[in-house]
Amino acid sequence: MKSSVIVFPGSNCDRDIASALEKMQFKNQMVWHKETSLPKSDLIVIPGGFSYGDYLRSGAIAGKSLIIDEVIKFANSGCLVLGICNGFQILTETGLLKGTLLRNKNLKFINRDVNIKVVNNKTKFTSKYNLNQILKINIAHNEGNYFTDPNHLNILEKENLIALKYCNENGEVDEQSNPNGSLKNIAGIFNSKKNILGMMPHPERMVDQLVSNTDGVNLFNSLLN
Amino acid sequence: MEIDEKIIEKHGLKQEEYNSILQLLKRKPNLLELGIFSAMWNEHCSYKSSRIHLKKLPTKGKMIIQGPGENAGVIDIGDNDAIVFKIESHNHPSYIEPYQGAATGVGGILRDVFTMGARPIALLNSIHFGDTSHPKTKNLLNGVVSGIGGYGNCIGIPTVAGETKFNETYNENILVNAMAVGHVNKNKIFYSKAKGLNKSVVYVGSKTGRDGIHGASMASAEFDENSEEKKPTVQVGDPFTEKLLLEACLELMKDDSIIAIQDMGAAGLTSSSVEMASKGSLGIELDLDKVPCREDNMTPYEMMLSESQERMLIILEDGKENHARKIFEKWDLDFVIIGKTNNTKNLTLKFKNKIEGEIPIEFLASKAPVYERKWVKKKPKEKRTDLKKLKKIKLEDALIKILSSPNYSNKSWITSQYDQMVMCDTIQKSGADAAIVRIHNKDKAIAVSVDSSANYCKSFPLIGGRQIVCENWRNLISVGASPIAITNCLNFGNPENKEIMGEFAECIQGIKEACEFLNYPVVSGNVSFYNGTNNKNIDPTPVIGGVGLISNISKPLNHRLKMEKSIILLIGKTFGHLQQSCFLKENYSIIEGLPPEVNLVNEKNNGEIILKLIKKNLVLSAHDVSSGGLLVALSEMAINSNFGIKILKPKKLRNLFEYFFGEDQGRYLIEVDESKVGLVNEILNENKIYYENIGNTQKNYLEIKNEFKINVKDLYKINNSWYNNY
Repeated sequence: MKSSVIVFPGSNCDRDIASALEKMQFKNQMVWHKETSLPKSDLIVIPGGFSYGDYLRSGAIAGKSLIIDEVIKFANSGCLVLGICNGFQILTETGLLKGTLLRNKNLKFINRDVNIKVVNNKTKFTSKYNLNQILKINIAHNEGNYFTDPNHLNILEKENLIALKYCNENGEVDEQSNPNGSLKNIAGIFNSKKNILGMMPHPERMVDQLVSNTDGVNLFNSLLN
Repeated sequence: MEIDEKIIEKHGLKQEEYNSILQLLKRKPNLLELGIFSAMWNEHCSYKSSRIHLKKLPTKGKMIIQGPGENAGVIDIGDNDAIVFKIESHNHPSYIEPYQGAATGVGGILRDVFTMGARPIALLNSIHFGDTSHPKTKNLLNGVVSGIGGYGNCIGIPTVAGETKFNETYNENILVNAMAVGHVNKNKIFYSKAKGLNKSVVYVGSKTGRDGIHGASMASAEFDENSEEKKPTVQVGDPFTEKLLLEACLELMKDDSIIAIQDMGAAGLTSSSVEMASKGSLGIELDLDKVPCREDNMTPYEMMLSESQERMLIILEDGKENHARKIFEKWDLDFVIIGKTNNTKNLTLKFKNKIEGEIPIEFLASKAPVYERKWVKKKPKEKRTDLKKLKKIKLEDALIKILSSPNYSNKSWITSQYDQMVMCDTIQKSGADAAIVRIHNKDKAIAVSVDSSANYCKSFPLIGGRQIVCENWRNLISVGASPIAITNCLNFGNPENKEIMGEFAECIQGIKEACEFLNYPVVSGNVSFYNGTNNKNIDPTPVIGGVGLISNISKPLNHRLKMEKSIILLIGKTFGHLQQSCFLKENYSIIEGLPPEVNLVNEKNNGEIILKLIKKNLVLSAHDVSSGGLLVALSEMAINSNFGIKILKPKKLRNLFEYFFGEDQGRYLIEVDESKVGLVNEILNENKIYYENIGNTQKNYLEIKNEFKINVKDLYKINNSWYNNY
């Protein structure tokens, strides 16, 4: 399976996701933001980091960069796009995913391992997980507080477009286990065709037992399937 | 402008220093030249008060590639891998503007590391604040932590370890020390020595603004009530640009286009050009019209003294200009040839076709003043506190008091604001004795730790100096690493005061003795004097940053208990030294007497044996016993693990407070599988190591028979509440 990782100035998880993809046997290429065409790929990943320093608004400037038009075309043709952390923020800026990511409720950067629950496992990104499986995955962000309008939230829930929710170690979705104030504890969402996933937690950080755990592995296995 | 006494004083130069300038130049300097002298001759850049003492430190060793004198130190960790590291202070700016001061401290130390060709892989910090009740402390803590995180998180380098302390001595002068560690191929290290005539001198990175003008001079003076006015001399950081600069530099460093490279840190364009030319015994001519400026009508004086961040000066091989330019343009960074090297040995500054300044480089570098300042030895006094005369407390309550105090509380409020995981090689995050960071794509790792003990150094600088090196060494050993070398950040008060200079001289002596004995040389460092306000100096606070090697990392070792019914051994002898202890400070506000004795022989023997036991896989968990003593160390092992410990009382009847809270040095706690205790005892006995079997692990409770029994979950809460309620 071929993957491409888009590199913006200020991306800083590009190497991490590339290493994870290669470890999972993807054939990966890095694509510089000034390119105007994408190499042949089955999966596009927009990595975490601080594209353009998060100036103006996180993801805002990257959302207008040269390569993004190609990513939008690619996504609209039904191919797979994964946005992690800053990548999720960029996807909301392009309109490929609806809603937005606000400052964390405590107004601080948060880096820690949190529990998240797989809310929909019938997608190309999550099929190797069990439904309601609890994963421990690292988050690292300033703006991870997902917000959207009631209409869209209704659609997200009805059409089963919420991918992941923050929860406690028993899988209960409650306020205490919500690290950043996200609406309904949302940690990741799909678009309506479920070929785009945006998520704040970093699955690429969870593919090596020595460093953390292997809870991210099945996201990549699902994609390989 | 006529140079008068006022201008000279404003530049931080003493009248006799100005006289030496006149003698050297054989004429009056103009304002630009005076500014350059002041930038190069200030304490921060010239080390004029510290140099003669720093010379005593051991700097060589089998694994040392580069000692002090370069942008950072370099050690060899085998297989062509080298580690580049340094610690630096940003105390003065951080007190005036905590966010930007701390952020640019991180930015500056990162540049020191990637200037040498290394990709930074870890950040550490040592931050000291005033008393928690001081009105400024909360704001400073918030600002500094956000600034450190803001810079490191954005550039994408994990902040993996550090220390945070509160003490009234820092009420008016906080300490912010940042350490960066990088990895480089041993054969691809870049240095700052210029070579060759008529080579292009290239300016890359951000544009030059009016920020930070005379920042280094500010860091070379005490504060007074007008310190707030110094805000404009604090630089403003842009981690995004630094990320671009990092990637662009490392891209250019793939081949051999670069002859020499130096970051524009303190004293900006001045010190970078002077240092490169001075090391190569060359001259350098700069055409200041070409310097990329952020603001209009900047004068040569402002350009030469600006400390705008995220800039580098490079001397390129002939014919490589276009190749290099393309790389920097790809990263949207300025790339301008602003000068050439020559054989005049002068720094020549041209502006609008006129020579605006010309100074022989040796006047700025080797002819800079060196002072042998007066210093006096401290006469430390023993003072044993008579516990019988103090209000009685329970062992349990004393422990709770310590674990819930600001200095001993869990620091996750701070560390969760730092990205510790980016780069995906952080095997052991902060909260352990040392952090462990893997070398990317290899099975070896380095361990890193920063440590300080200001109250020990205050009461007996010589012993304090020894102790911090030993503690740092122990911390690395406790995670299974072989210590290799250190960097030091020497934070002291006013060196013109002979008591302060004595603290400095004796701390250095102590550091030297310990480093020599442990074969643990110093490869880089930084001196920060004038930490104080209105003649009130801070306690001497040397900070040691150590790096060790774990040559084959299969699983990380830390201090968290691993299983039930294993045996806890205490290695090293407990004498019950309570003077200067945290027990007396936190429970009775008593700070008196001497620090614990440091026996270097025991220190070395105990450490080497612990490392041997770890390498033989006989140790489940290990912890250094340091400030707080045995009971605090035991609690730390239990908190955050799922187990407790049942502790036996010492066999020989003695004071329990001395036994459990004494801060005797050279001690470790190790957890050993019951089935392996026989073998471990044998090895310890063979090597004549003193140890005690002090108990065993159990479920849920930390317990001393007939004294107390606390649920570990409650201990966790006690240890985790202070920051959230501050």
